[in-house]
Amino acid sequence: MSTRRTAMQLVALAAVSALSIVATGISSADAADKELKIGFVGVTSGPAAAWGTSNVRSMEVRAEWLNEAGGVRIGDTTYNIKIVTFDDQKDPKRAIAGMEKMAQEGIHYVVGPNVDDGAAAVRPVAEKAGIIYFPYAFPKELYVKPASNAVLGMIASYQSGPAIYKYLKENKGVKTIAFIAANESDPLSQRDSGVAAAKALGLQIVAEKDTYQNDTRDFTPVLTPIVKLKPDLLVLSGVAPGNAPLLIRAARELGFQGLISTETAHDAKVLEEGAGDLANGFISVGGASTPEIRSPIMEEFIERYTKKFGEYNDESNTKVYALEYILETLKANPKAVDSVEEFKKTVETFSAPNPFMKGDNKLKYVGSTSFGQKRQVAVPMVVNEYHNGEFKTLFIGEVD
Amino acid sequence: MVQPTSPQLVSFMAQVIANGLYLGAQYALIALGLTLIFALMNVLNFAHGQMYVLGGFITYYVYGQLGFPFALALLASGATLAATGALIEKFLFRPVIRRSIREESTMLLAAAVAFFLDAMVLLLFGEKQRGVPKIVNGVFLSDTLIMPYDRMLIGAVAIIMIVVFMLFMQYSKPGRAMRALAQDRVAAQLMGVRVDRYSMIGFALGAMLAGVVGGLLVAITGVNSGIGGPISVKAFMMVMIGGAGVVGGAIAGGFILGMLESVGLSVLHAYGDITYLVIFAALMVFLSIRPNGLMGKPWG
Repeated sequence: MSTRRTAMQLVALAAVSALSIVATGISSADAADKELKIGFVGVTSGPAAAWGTSNVRSMEVRAEWLNEAGGVRIGDTTYNIKIVTFDDQKDPKRAIAGMEKMAQEGIHYVVGPNVDDGAAAVRPVAEKAGIIYFPYAFPKELYVKPASNAVLGMIASYQSGPAIYKYLKENKGVKTIAFIAANESDPLSQRDSGVAAAKALGLQIVAEKDTYQNDTRDFTPVLTPIVKLKPDLLVLSGVAPGNAPLLIRAARELGFQGLISTETAHDAKVLEEGAGDLANGFISVGGASTPEIRSPIMEEFIERYTKKFGEYNDESNTKVYALEYILETLKANPKAVDSVEEFKKTVETFSAPNPFMKGDNKLKYVGSTSFGQKRQVAVPMVVNEYHNGEFKTLFIGEVD
Repeated sequence: MVQPTSPQLVSFMAQVIANGLYLGAQYALIALGLTLIFALMNVLNFAHGQMYVLGGFITYYVYGQLGFPFALALLASGATLAATGALIEKFLFRPVIRRSIREESTMLLAAAVAFFLDAMVLLLFGEKQRGVPKIVNGVFLSDTLIMPYDRMLIGAVAIIMIVVFMLFMQYSKPGRAMRALAQDRVAAQLMGVRVDRYSMIGFALGAMLAGVVGGLLVAITGVNSGIGGPISVKAFMMVMIGGAGVVGGAIAGGFILGMLESVGLSVLHAYGDITYLVIFAALMVFLSIRPNGLMGKPWG
């Protein structure tokens, strides 16, 4: 009896072993050879959570999609993409800890941080550990020499602002302009660059010092003095997505009749819920956001994002690009997988088809005019106007 | 420099006062729940702002997404937060208070609850700012004043709720029991007040107030998962101004802060964002003179 049981156990064990060997063989034939970790260090909690969350979700959706298609072929190796994330809570100290974590994990390419002080704080760590990072922060010293490891992941306010004001001056007759900003480094620096651009265009600035606490919930008292000045254009410098509808609503309810604009990206659903029809005419900067310029791949990305997270975030129209730039640059020079110096060399000549836009638009690095070197991703500078729950393209520009 | 004329000055002052009163009414309502919990249990509820956020999201879904009446949504926010508050008191604060005489224990627990609720709200409701359709359209316009009707309505509702709350505390049996508890816990117990029961009711009431005000203000300011912390900080400021654990103090603190904000933002705006700098500096001086705030303890 015991011999029979032992024999049966042996047969079962052999069967299981054989099956597992076959299964392993099949999976290794299908799956990617190696794993390529791409990091994210940015804010995914607190009032500015929307900025980093749209980054992380864009990266996760795209990575999952690429992995599902068999991985990313870089040189002779096929990689599964793994996204490693770290919430810096918009705190520069935590951003440093996040970048150190990335270095410990051997990650060479990181998306983020989302704000100026975080991006400035991680610079020494990134440069020492050999990490290329893609901040959504505008201080020029991050991108001009001797700095060389940061690549701006979007259009800077000092690039989009002048274009917007010029358009509004020429097409909407804007002559007077007022600025309001949150009392934080990013919005204040964006306000200062906006003021400089407006002055250069010969616009009359009627308010430039008005600020508010970022956690303000009711903007009526803040906006009352500005609205009384009746500017043609009210600029919400560096406004967070959560605050934009509240500011717009308060301004309109106080009787403000002029135009309202910002240089940051926003979400149509948030504007619709927070300000309704009062947000009509609000001008902001987006990525490849409008149906007119979206490619089928961008449409599928939006579909997948919505399916995975229940709701799309329009900020991801810009945030989708960073991972794509990293992977396409690595494809162009496989040695860059382990060497950021190779990556920097490739940046100078890199060009690849832009999968997210119709036509023959290219992914390429720009920034020569603003930074003296190519340290910025080329994303379309789409200036949108909000109308009844969706964005309409006002004009599309480019950054050199 | 062009000096403002008298009508301009009157218009300016009327607007500043109206903004201050409106802000003050909502601030006072926010501070009430916090001061009630402190009065009854000597607990600094750091999770007050997160409870406000939870209430806001419940109203957002019930009214904004499911289309039920706004009043029903407020009721849902209040009931959910009351239940949440009762459970938190019964299963978290009560055992900790029983086992530890150190006040830091409840402070740490409150901070933990705040972090937990923050994470839970972010996970459940996402990172986006949410808003609901206006409950009343239109703006009141006169030569001296501009005020949207919905703000006037919310301000009035907030004042009515404050009055109802005060009447409840003054004349109802649970209100009297809670006041007794706040004045002297041991004496109240000796007089037959069921301490555990009324502590739970008080905590539930405090949480309910946070939830209701969160729901009420979602119609004006919307809600997002990250505003809990800043709301708590503001509520603590009001309580400190008025005196911790004193209902009248919280109301006074709310109106004072609302008025200071309104005046500061209107008068000091040309100098940048120094309103809160001035408020905090004034608060430091004030607390060094009156450490217990305007009305201090005991409550009643």
